[in-house]
Amino acid sequence: MDVLLILIDWFPYLLSGIATTLGLVLSALGLGLLLGLPMALGQVYGSRPVRWVIGIYVWFFRGLPILVLLFLFWFGIFPMLGLGALPAFAVGAVVLGLRGAAYQSQIFRGAVQSIGEGQMIAARSLGMSRLTAIRSVILPQAMRIALPGWSNEYPNILTDSAVCYAIGVAELLTITSRMVTQTHITMPIYLAAAGIFIILNYGGLKVLHGLEKRIAIPGFGSGAV
Amino acid sequence: MDLAAFTFDILLPALMQGLIITLQLIACSAPFGLAFGIAIAVGRQYGGGAISWLCKTFVFLIKGTPLLLLLFILYFGFPAIGITFTAFTASVVGFILCNAAYNAEYIRGALISIKDGQMIAAQALGMTRWQAIRHVVLPQALRRAIPGLSNEFIYLIKYSSLAYMITVIELSGAGKLVATKYFLYTESFAAVGIVYLVLVTITTVAVNILEKRVAIPGTTRGTTAAQL
Repeated sequence: MDVLLILIDWFPYLLSGIATTLGLVLSALGLGLLLGLPMALGQVYGSRPVRWVIGIYVWFFRGLPILVLLFLFWFGIFPMLGLGALPAFAVGAVVLGLRGAAYQSQIFRGAVQSIGEGQMIAARSLGMSRLTAIRSVILPQAMRIALPGWSNEYPNILTDSAVCYAIGVAELLTITSRMVTQTHITMPIYLAAAGIFIILNYGGLKVLHGLEKRIAIPGFGSGAV
Repeated sequence: MDLAAFTFDILLPALMQGLIITLQLIACSAPFGLAFGIAIAVGRQYGGGAISWLCKTFVFLIKGTPLLLLLFILYFGFPAIGITFTAFTASVVGFILCNAAYNAEYIRGALISIKDGQMIAAQALGMTRWQAIRHVVLPQALRRAIPGLSNEFIYLIKYSSLAYMITVIELSGAGKLVATKYFLYTESFAAVGIVYLVLVTITTVAVNILEKRVAIPGTTRGTTAAQL
């Protein structure tokens, strides 16, 4: 079982790859949430120009392949802005995050729009400002509705994070490819990588589904609707 | 060299050649992705026992693995066990597997959404199970799956760019080569991006037209709640 020995030998290296992959995914999810939520609110409650700008942003980031986005920002836009010294990891995380924001904004938009208009009217008639109503009435409900869809962003970003290989981020796929070139053992190492991705994928989903149950309000949410 | 000359004499001809390869990749993958997707969904839903388990496991494994890793396995891994693909074939095989797995999920969802009564009624009329699936359940289910399937088709357009990572010079690869040769990165990748945006936008419009064309009056999404 020399393959197993090699895997054990390279284990710390492999672990650093897993850590980098998870780092990419978590920062991308975080950035996507940070940008995606305001964008969703802007698209529902914003003025016409705001909606238009957000629409263009979403169209752009959802229309381009992740590979082209990574190349565009890594070789083109960031160096042009004087950010050429950014490490590949940061570029990968930011690009995945900006793209994730476009997808997440549409998940949140759907959720916000699914909350009946009466909720806003009722909140306003109780004297809440629009912002308070959004924050205290609409969002707590919408976020719970959005969570199942949002959970699906995790596997999407996880599998897309492997494309950061193209700009040289030392994530799991890059690490395994280096192992392959050094050891000349291909299939077992790639299959091991696939196994790790699958574990990360469904393990993460399990955590997210647990969270869904945790924050569910009895009688409200996807289970009850 | 000024930008106009670069764009029209060098960039666009290169991108055109790349675009042709991209379209070939998509044309070779999409029909099989759809066919296998239907087969897997039907197998999982009606296959029973081993077939159902096999279809489920296939979808589970493919959805859990990054497409780029799948391409690496096909292109770099398989030669080690004696099966060699050309880069183009490896890409097409990878895209078919991936596309089929995701399509199968949408089609299965649509199959589940067709009420049991349809199958029972069809069998009561003397159809076999297979006939009922083919002539009654699937025609309805596939129409309901169109939005999901078209989404996957758009993903296929975009993910076809990953073929470049295993040396197929398709649209993004052509852009990358020009960009590296002339050090005009932003311009080249922006042009590549525009071509993808055009492809994706045309597809979106085309799918909307298709959905209206194949709609059966009275069975569209708006009225499904009233069915049965």
